[in-house]
Amino acid sequence: MKYTKILILLFSFFILSHSYSDEKMKYKIYKNLRCLVCQGQNIGDSNSEFAQTIKTVINDKLDEGLNEREVYSFLAEKYGDWILYKPPLKNNSYVLWLLPYVIFILGALILFIFLRKNTIHKK
Amino acid sequence: MKKIIFTIISISLFLFFIILFDSLKINRVYNTEELVGKPIPSINLEYLNEDKYFNTSDLSKNQFTLINFFSSWCGPCRKEHKYLISLSEKNLKIVGINFKDKKQNANQFLNDLGNPYYLTLEDNTGKKSVDFGVYGIPETILINKNLLIIKKYIGPIDKKDMNEILRSSGIK
Repeated sequence: MKYTKILILLFSFFILSHSYSDEKMKYKIYKNLRCLVCQGQNIGDSNSEFAQTIKTVINDKLDEGLNEREVYSFLAEKYGDWILYKPPLKNNSYVLWLLPYVIFILGALILFIFLRKNTIHKK
Repeated sequence: MKKIIFTIISISLFLFFIILFDSLKINRVYNTEELVGKPIPSINLEYLNEDKYFNTSDLSKNQFTLINFFSSWCGPCRKEHKYLISLSEKNLKIVGINFKDKKQNANQFLNDLGNPYYLTLEDNTGKKSVDFGVYGIPETILINKNLLIIKKYIGPIDKKDMNEILRSSGIK
């Protein structure tokens, strides 16, 4: 009897944690998609007709077994990359992706030159 | 040393302004340019007044087809309806997809304003319209017999769009 209770408890815990992670995944996807008919809102935050439909479609796609990346590519195929807050690395988005790294390297270079100059001065 | 730093900062500022200037040219409004030339999805849609389904791939029988998403509750749909009637009178095949609507209201809408559609289908959940990249209605898609999108219009079509549709479909 005791073992049965433990098993039921574990099973319930498993089911709850599974559905919690599903919900978390759905919400993550909603948050990463732009509501095309709203002003600066994502799908998750919007109650517009469009957002409601997209949410239902996302839920259906996840139920069909698509993963997060496949859901994004399905919607990007239908609405273009504009629907994605994080656009994929493509010919026209290289600058967008590489610029932070370029700035970081340039900053590090300036810092290095400054520090080196200071060290030489001190010596 | 100062020269090197000055050069690095100048290059960084130059790059920054180039990108800033370039990003000003980006269209922040969703447009449909990416969809032109792509095929429409092959999906089953239920007839509005019959208990059977139509597969969109059967539209390849027509030389050109205009797919119009409409609803009785949509004001702009009423505005564009007269242009759809004109297009149907010029023998352009028009398919109407009734979007998130009640059957009775949709039929009333078509009785009141006239029926330009040779096929009237329904998408009462709006989910199938996502496959067509629809995000609001009215939306109109012109396809050829290869089921490729030639034009896509977001919002109500006007006289200029109607003439463009006629030209694109070789009627005018």
